[in-house]
Amino acid sequence: MSILDIRHLSKSFGKHQVLTDINFSVEKGDVTSIIGASGSGKSTLLRCINLLETPSGGEILYHGENILSMKKSEAAYRARVGMVFQSFNLFYNMNVLENCVIGQTRVLRKKRKEAVETAIRFLNQVGMTPFVKAKPAQLSGGQKQRVAIARAMAMSPEVLLFDEPTSALDPEMVGEVLAVMQKLAQDGMTMLVVTHEMAFARDVSNHVVFMHEGVIREEGDPKQLFAKPQTEEMRSFLSRFREQ
Amino acid sequence: MDKLIQLGSEIASLWQKSGLQYLRGAGDTILLAVIATLAGCVIGFACGILQTIPVRQRDNAFKKTVVGIVKAIVRVYVEVFRGTPMILQAVFVYFAIPFFSNNAVRLDVTTAAYLVVSINTGAYMAETVRGGILSIDKGQTEGAKAIGMTHFQTMLFVILPQTLRNILPQIGNNLIINIKDTSVMFIIGYTELFAVHKALVGGNYLYFPSAVITMGIYLILTLTCSLLLRLMERKMDGPANFDVATTDSLAHTSGMYSFVKKRGARS
Ligand SMILES: Nc1ncnc2c1ncn2[C@@H]1O[C@H](COP(=O)(O)OP(=O)(O)OP(=O)(O)O)[C@@H](O)[C@H]1O
Ligand SMILES: [Mg+2]
Repeated sequence: MSILDIRHLSKSFGKHQVLTDINFSVEKGDVTSIIGASGSGKSTLLRCINLLETPSGGEILYHGENILSMKKSEAAYRARVGMVFQSFNLFYNMNVLENCVIGQTRVLRKKRKEAVETAIRFLNQVGMTPFVKAKPAQLSGGQKQRVAIARAMAMSPEVLLFDEPTSALDPEMVGEVLAVMQKLAQDGMTMLVVTHEMAFARDVSNHVVFMHEGVIREEGDPKQLFAKPQTEEMRSFLSRFREQ
Repeated sequence: MDKLIQLGSEIASLWQKSGLQYLRGAGDTILLAVIATLAGCVIGFACGILQTIPVRQRDNAFKKTVVGIVKAIVRVYVEVFRGTPMILQAVFVYFAIPFFSNNAVRLDVTTAAYLVVSINTGAYMAETVRGGILSIDKGQTEGAKAIGMTHFQTMLFVILPQTLRNILPQIGNNLIINIKDTSVMFIIGYTELFAVHKALVGGNYLYFPSAVITMGIYLILTLTCSLLLRLMERKMDGPANFDVATTDSLAHTSGMYSFVKKRGARS
C-alpha cells in the first residue's frame, strides 16, 4: 500500500480554483519532484497534503486512511509527515538545538536526553553541530535551511515535504542544502519536493510530476520526461531553463 | 539663590519630619502598580489568547458559537474599561458593589484599588497582547504545526514567548503609567504617595517643597522601573554572539556537490 495516495484532490480559494482533480501516489522511498511554472499550484498542493490548507474536495489517503475525515488527529498526522519551508520557519525564540528538541519532547514525549542525542545526530548530518547554541537570526540562509531539515528529520517522519527549499537562498548556498537533500534521498528517505532545481528533479528524484494551471500535465520517470516531454506546456517550461 | 536655599532647608526639615510617611506612601504606590500590572498582564494574556482562537470552516457549530460569545464578552470588557476614566471606575466598583448587594458585600479600599487598577490594565494589555500575537510571522505557526504541535502547544512554546518579548516595552509603559495613575485612587481613600502628599500639605501648607519631594520620588520609581525593564529585555535577548562548538570539525563545505543517481526509476 502507498504511504500517500492523493485522489481527485481539488482546492479553491473562493471562486478561484487552484487545484483540479489531482491524482498521484507516494511509495516508500520515493523521491518525487513537483515542477511547474509559478502559480501552477505546487505550494498549495503540498500545503493541502500537510493540512495547512483544507482541500475543497477529494481524498488524501495515508496508509489507506482518509486523513480529511479523521479530524482529531491532525497534529499526530503532521508529526509523521514533516515539512520544510522556503522561508525556514525556525522558531526565533529558541537556539538551534532547542529548535530540534522541542518537537521531540512535546509532541513525541521523548525524554530530554534522548531528544538531545537525536537532535545532535541530525544536526551532525547536516553539518550544523558547531552552531547548536546559535539563534536562528545569527545564521545564514543555507545554515537555517539545514537546521530546518534537521528539525524535521528529528521527528523521524515517514515522509518529508519540501516547498522550494532553496528558492530563498543566495546562489552560493543552494549547493549545501541540495547536498543534504541528496544525502537524505540516498539514505532512503521518502520525499516530496517542490523545486525549480531541474538538475535535482532529473538526477536525484525517481519520479517527476509536472503541474500546469492546477492540474498534473505529465508525470513519470525523470529521464524520459526530461528527454521527451509529451506536452507543449512542459516543453516550453523546460526550454526556459535550457536558455539559462 | 536665597529662594533655593530656603526651599532646600524647607525640604530638609519636611523630609526629617515626614520622610517615613513619604516612603510608606511610595511603597504603597509601587506595590499597587507592580501587582496590578502583573495581574493586568495575566488578564491581558488570557483575553488576547481568547481573541485569537482560530475558527475554521470545518469546526462544529457549538465551538463556533462558544468562541463567538467569549470573543464578544472580551470585546465589551476591553472597550468599557479602556473607554472610561479609571477614577470613575474606582468610584463605580467601590460603591456599586455595596449598592447592589444592599451593603451585604463591601470591598475594603485596598482590595477595590487593586481590583480596579488590575482590571483597567488588563483591558489595555488585552489589546497589546492581541496585536502582539497577530504580529508574529505566520511562518512561526506553520513551522510549529508542521512538526505536529497542537494549537495550544504552538501558542505556549512558540507564539507567546515571542509575543512577550515583543510587548515587554508596552508592559513597561503600563507599569510606569500605573505608578503615576494610581494616584487617582485617593478618590476612594487609598493612601499611596500622592495621598500622603495631599494629607501632609493640608496641615503644614508647604505645598511646593512637598511637591518637589513627591515628584522626586515618582521619578526615582519610574526611572528604576525603566532600568530594570531594559535589563530584562537584554536578558531575554540572550548574548549577541554564540559560542561555536568547536569539538568537531564537521562544518560543511558548501557549493561543491555532484549528483549521483539514486536508483532505478520507478516503473
Ligand atoms: N491563501 C490564498 N488565497 C487566495 N489565493 C491563493 C492563496 N494561496 C495561493 N493562492 C493562489 O493559488 C495559485 C497557486 O499558488 P501556489 O502558491 O500554489 O503556486 P506555486 O506553484 O507554488 O507558485 P510558485 O512557484 O510561485 O511558488 C496562485 O494563483 C495564488 O495566487
Ligand atoms: Mg510555491
